Amino acid sequence: MRHHLILRVIVKLLVSTMILYALYVQFHGDYSPGGGFQAGVIMAVAFIIYGIVFGLRKVHAVLPPWLVHKLVALGVLVYGGTGVVNMLQGYEFLNYGSLTPHHPEHGQHWGILAVEAGVGITVTGVMIAIYYAFAARPPRMSDEEW
Amino acid sequence: MATSEIQHTALTLHDQLPILQVAIPLLAAPLCVLVGQRHAAWWIAFISSFAAFVISCLLLVQVTDGSYISYEIGGWAPPLGIEYRVDALNAFMLFLVSGIATLILPFASASIGQEVPERNHTLLYSCFLLCLTGLLGVLITGDAFNVFVFLEISSLSTYVLVAQGAYRDKRALTAAYDYLIMGTIGATFFVIGLGFLYMATGTLNMADIAARIAEQGDNRTVRAAFAFILVGMGLKVAIYPLHHWLPNAYTFAPSAITAFLAATATKVAIYVWLRFMFGVFRPDFLFDVYTLQFIILPFGLIAMFAASFVAIFQRDFKRMLAYSSIAQIGYMLLGIGLISATGLTATISHLFNHGITKAALFMGVGALVFYSGSSFYDRLEGRGRTMPWTSAAIVIGGLSLIGVPGTAGFVSKWVLVQAAFEKGWWPIAALIVASSLLAVIYVWRVIETLYLTAPAEGAARREAPLPMLIPLWIAALSCIYFGFDGVFVVDIARTAAEGLLTSPTPLPLLEGN
Repeated sequence: MRHHLILRVIVKLLVSTMILYALYVQFHGDYSPGGGFQAGVIMAVAFIIYGIVFGLRKVHAVLPPWLVHKLVALGVLVYGGTGVVNMLQGYEFLNYGSLTPHHPEHGQHWGILAVEAGVGITVTGVMIAIYYAFAARPPRMSDEEW
Repeated sequence: MATSEIQHTALTLHDQLPILQVAIPLLAAPLCVLVGQRHAAWWIAFISSFAAFVISCLLLVQVTDGSYISYEIGGWAPPLGIEYRVDALNAFMLFLVSGIATLILPFASASIGQEVPERNHTLLYSCFLLCLTGLLGVLITGDAFNVFVFLEISSLSTYVLVAQGAYRDKRALTAAYDYLIMGTIGATFFVIGLGFLYMATGTLNMADIAARIAEQGDNRTVRAAFAFILVGMGLKVAIYPLHHWLPNAYTFAPSAITAFLAATATKVAIYVWLRFMFGVFRPDFLFDVYTLQFIILPFGLIAMFAASFVAIFQRDFKRMLAYSSIAQIGYMLLGIGLISATGLTATISHLFNHGITKAALFMGVGALVFYSGSSFYDRLEGRGRTMPWTSAAIVIGGLSLIGVPGTAGFVSKWVLVQAAFEKGWWPIAALIVASSLLAVIYVWRVIETLYLTAPAEGAARREAPLPMLIPLWIAALSCIYFGFDGVFVVDIARTAAEGLLTSPTPLPLLEGN
């Protein structure tokens, strides 16, 4: 248990910074390089590195696999839901201008934020799900199964 | 801050139909996962595909006169924005795909319950919806790159769906993997082709690309794009030498999934071919005409015979149907290769008629497998007596596959023979009839197994459950209905074919340049 002391301490320090940086990349995406995809990957990396150093069981306690699957679906719904809101307001699907009809440019900003949030959630979920799928791989198939 | 009132007339539900066609199944898919309960997931899947079917009917009645509906996603006008463009051809295909999906789902609720463990049902319905979304999206979009995106959505979920057969037969995994490799190569070639097109024209809107190509004429970049798109989609269509993935994928996938894929996936790929070969690259170009006549047409003919021969010697009903699908694709290629309005009419009506025929047959196999656990002929002996309703529906489907008068298969083959005569190519007409005779042989083998052999000792009369029988019979009866009333299908197919062959109206935005 006492192995890799430096690694453990550094990772503990880094995880929170990574999450913070992911949020920065997420919300600053429409002004500088970045956005939902990059932010999602950085966010996922925080969980993955925690899992690598502290073990799969610990990271499952923080973020159980079923929750990850729901996150994947939730992100898509947030993205599509934005489009549905636009439609309910009488505009085309994903016409963000509908959010602030008097000043469509602002609506575009709000819309991009909502859509990128959806992308971020889904990418986080997918990256972690892929890591879980590999890390939690069951032992090789027994001969009887073939 | 400028706060001027911007005039906007609110869109009605009617205006939103094209996007709803895709958005409803797209949003229903994650909803299934969020709800996470398999019965609820089935209802979500069923209601949303039924909604998609109703929408496709509403779209179809608007465009049967040859007009088209255009929808601008996000309010960005084409060619810069993504445009959804519904005309007779894709409205008809939307009708087929969403109709088959609605028909298959009740069937799936029974058959998947036996073939796939319960914990996977929710995700399976979610994948089914994603696959449906992808197929509908490929059909409805007017943007070339959007075709690729939706193609990938449908392909990726298809690989997962095929792999679900692994609980009954582990070979489903290798079948899905083969399909994944071939499908990915196909999609890569397709997107490389789109890259060349973008390089040559600087636009991704299909109508716009067509106008630009017509303007600049033939050049090497356009030819390279054509070749890549032809081969890439050819893999997805499973044209004769590129069909390797199809028999295994169809044989080992769960029955309901096979029925859905056989009736829709290759048909959608043929639609993309039609769209690109006639809508984007015009047949005014010699390279287009030569490819269709000297490559596609011979391959179609080879497929008709080679795949039918292989089908005759199969010992597995499902595998036999898979090879017969490759042969039937040959007829559709033949119609394309004739490059005439009648030929295209034959292709498009055969897309539809073969779709419902194969849906009926694969559902029939699924119902047989439900009790026998296997689709090998020796396990199906005498089923005509123990499962009379299922077997009767299979016979109807089989007759339609042969093209017996009074069934849907006859109508489209008749149009195809007419198209061959129109060109004066009577040997081709003779070959169509000859290959139909091969179909008689392989269908007869099934009938012989079902009716002319003794059932296994002590086999009681046991019919498939109603959720399987009803969709099966709807498909079988529609084979007969469209056989007697061929006018509906052929009329729409002719409108669609003429729409493909006439030059597209340039976009209003382009008239300035």
